[in-house]
Amino acid sequence: MARIEKFANPTRFLRLQEKVQPWLAAITALLFAVGLYYALAKAPADYQQGETVRIMFIHVPAAWGATMVYAFMALSSAIAVIFRHPLADLSAKAAAPIGAVFTFLALVTGALWGKPMWGTYWVWDARLTSFFVLFLLYLGYIAVWQAIDDYHRAAKIAAIVALVGAVNVPIIKFSVEWWNSLHQPSIMSSSGSSVHSSILIPLLIMVAAYSFLFLTLHLLAIRSELRKRKIHQLQLAQAQKV
Amino acid sequence: MKMLWALLKRDLVLSWRQGGGVGTAFGFFLTVIVLLPLGIGPDAGVLQRIAPGGLWIALLLSVLLSADQIYSTDYEDGSLELMTFGAVPLEVVSAIKSLAHWLTSGLPLAIAAPLLGFLLNLDTSLVFPLMGAMVLGSVGLSFLAGLGAAVTVGLRRGGLLVSLLVLPLYVPVLIFGISAGGAGTAGPDITAASFAILFAITLVILVVAPFGSGAALRAYMR
Repeated sequence: MARIEKFANPTRFLRLQEKVQPWLAAITALLFAVGLYYALAKAPADYQQGETVRIMFIHVPAAWGATMVYAFMALSSAIAVIFRHPLADLSAKAAAPIGAVFTFLALVTGALWGKPMWGTYWVWDARLTSFFVLFLLYLGYIAVWQAIDDYHRAAKIAAIVALVGAVNVPIIKFSVEWWNSLHQPSIMSSSGSSVHSSILIPLLIMVAAYSFLFLTLHLLAIRSELRKRKIHQLQLAQAQKV
Repeated sequence: MKMLWALLKRDLVLSWRQGGGVGTAFGFFLTVIVLLPLGIGPDAGVLQRIAPGGLWIALLLSVLLSADQIYSTDYEDGSLELMTFGAVPLEVVSAIKSLAHWLTSGLPLAIAAPLLGFLLNLDTSLVFPLMGAMVLGSVGLSFLAGLGAAVTVGLRRGGLLVSLLVLPLYVPVLIFGISAGGAGTAGPDITAASFAILFAITLVILVVAPFGSGAALRAYMR
């Protein structure tokens, strides 16, 4: 905990962020370049799915990132509630839009993959449905921040929403799978198929690329959020003078 | 214990005398039931198939939309603030208030809804299983709606936000409520298991929702 406490000081955070930002951005770009090259040019086309299998390299890391970001958001909220860490609120707030975009990307690429594979853009498959609900949870969380003017109050309420959501995510996932298995016994399940290393390695690189992308954008978002609050305070001070 | 009873009685009396509680929720419920065949068509076979789902969704919406009155008047006239100073912790207050909401809108609707199933040509053998599942599930619905109401109590236009926040959390109750009501092709084993899981989900909600509501109310009172 002591290590995190050290970065509770916004000035110290900003100084550190400034130093690591170019490196993080460079690593992200490199990982995406390598990952996309292997994914789009090198990896073999699937014998069943053909070239459409390449959508997976965009889709799977996005889906993985979407759930990870939600967990991260809930963890940040928990730290904010328990330790009153001043940057944890901002961290949760900054993570939400990125997570929502990852979720949206996973949904869209899933639909694009579904058209050639299932013959339709959308089926009420268990994973698609639970991701749709996850997307709604993200939207609700973002809406809370927008609806409440007072920063500290918004932070409290948003933390409650994120934590309640985090308790519910596994329950929702479980119930959607149950529902799906009752209604559609056999549309498709991708379990059991072992992944060959020529696909697995680019996939892992893409996962790393998405993680670094999140890290870069997240720190940048915290930075701009801090700046925004500073401007707001300056404006208030100015208004009081007049 | 006496204080808890007093709180519960106060809410029950208020909702009974103020009106706009269960009567309006019931009217809303009926309207949804009327709109459903108008949208889908009067075919009896189709209606029979969708009847349990339609009734459940009407129940979810009516419980949710009647929830904002759990805290709003008490917040406006300041009695909620008094309760924060009282001997009863806010978590317990919100549990009592959600319970009162269940008694005045969740429970009556859950009992009435399956009986109204005849409007949708509901299979008569399903009426009582559906009623059981709805009575149990509506406890969870009321407590989640109470959480949503607490989270948005100080906002002027909280209604839409409540729907966005709470409806995704209703997904598990809806899914297990439907299969615990014996709808679909599932066998008796599945129905019993679903009922047990619905019970478990309701218990989880009973634990989580009052704490969330208490914390949210405190954030607004500060």
